Amino acid sequence: MSTLPKDDCFYLARKAQALQLRAGFTEHLRRFFIQQGFLEVETPLRIPAPAPEEHIEPLPSGNWFLQTSPEICMKRLLAAGYPRIFQFCKCFRAGERGNRHLPEFSMLEWYALHCDYRKLMDQCEDLLISACRQMGRSGKIVWQNKTIRLSPPWERITVADAFSRYAPVSLPNALAGDRFDEVLVEHVEPNLGNDLPTFLFDYPAQMASLAKIKKDDPAVAERFELYIGGMEIANGFSELTDAREQRRRFEEALKAQAARHQVHYAMPEPFLASLENLPPCAGIALGLDRMIMILADTATIDDVIAFSPETL
Amino acid sequence: MYTASDLRKGLRLKIDNDPYVITEFNFVKPGKGQALYRCKLKNMLTGSQFERTFRSVDVFEPADLREKKMQYLYKEGDKFCFMDNETFEQVYLTQEQVGDAVNFLLDNIEAEILLFEDRPIGISLPNFVELVVTEAEPWAKGDTVSGATKPVKVQTGYTILVPTFISEGEKIRIDTRTGEYLTRVKG
Repeated sequence: MSTLPKDDCFYLARKAQALQLRAGFTEHLRRFFIQQGFLEVETPLRIPAPAPEEHIEPLPSGNWFLQTSPEICMKRLLAAGYPRIFQFCKCFRAGERGNRHLPEFSMLEWYALHCDYRKLMDQCEDLLISACRQMGRSGKIVWQNKTIRLSPPWERITVADAFSRYAPVSLPNALAGDRFDEVLVEHVEPNLGNDLPTFLFDYPAQMASLAKIKKDDPAVAERFELYIGGMEIANGFSELTDAREQRRRFEEALKAQAARHQVHYAMPEPFLASLENLPPCAGIALGLDRMIMILADTATIDDVIAFSPETL
Repeated sequence: MYTASDLRKGLRLKIDNDPYVITEFNFVKPGKGQALYRCKLKNMLTGSQFERTFRSVDVFEPADLREKKMQYLYKEGDKFCFMDNETFEQVYLTQEQVGDAVNFLLDNIEAEILLFEDRPIGISLPNFVELVVTEAEPWAKGDTVSGATKPVKVQTGYTILVPTFISEGEKIRIDTRTGEYLTRVKG
């Protein structure tokens, strides 16, 4: 349904504050990385073979696909010796639309060589505290009637501990009953990051297709998610650098996707080849739109972008 | 049959032989996990509600509901009377069955009466209605390009927030599902 020009002005004018927040916050994030010696890079949005992940569907673009994440190209840069890189980019995922989801959304992704997921949690904390302070948000933020303190250190809790603290079933039972996602969403997530931002870490190994397995516990992957006010903001991990293991996981994901959607995606071969050279490293993807939702105190992702798909 | 990707607010499903309508809908997807569809469902006969999370593999039976065009005649006590203009048959709905539609119900307008197994159970409004603004504070000119809103009253007595450039006598389009202002109607 088309709107009249005056109404278009009305709806877009209502976004002015959020759009200003967005531009300002992005600038502070970028400055943090430049000060820390990171190189800003751009990788192609359109690629022949996205990283296969069971529950992420790419959107076709000609014979290729729009990226679901910049991960594989950025890791090829790391493997070539670029030690610290970051990127702001658009990512595309089919069928994802809700109060916190857009089929086209903005991601901030960064990687560092000789880093692991624990150091990355610290860095993520530093980044957000610093950028929030530059925006005049030091000490605390209020989001949807929750007052969240920003003072370090932020809370850190393992997935297993979070399940035993908040869920009616234990982590092993949830996994055995194929109810991990459901229990996480219904019982665990709403309790995370309501007082302090919270890192949920040490995911079950099968929930991390590109993360490294923990040396002293093969059931656990070195992966974490950051939650603020119960909302997932970022996902990071120590990167898997074992090409053979990565190929095995990709093959499994491709098989699952083929079974579910009758589609066959290609294997990202140049990426798998580059893993042979990849030193230990870690990387993280932060949902920029959601972080702006927190700062703008809104529960709807549409409020922090000028145009949602339905308005085009 | 519906699949999970068809689920949305307002969709009507048949569950355990009763018609249900989705009153709240949220797409959720944790981390790299599977897509989940959280729904609040309301029994269209009893009004009782429950919440459930569905997965992308779930399938649903559509509720077998029929709509019949009838004319709204009058309100008597807490009953609303509607008439079929072809058969002159009259049916009554309770305040509860009419629900929020009362905000958009004008005397003598045609409405779709919802029938479940030939029983009237509710009223089915079009997604959008156009109503005339009957009371509005005047607003200073030059204020058109701002996100500010003001409350106005429309012909049915319903009060709604609209952009400040809307004035008395203008017609506006309203989304009956949210009760919110959508756009000014020209002419």
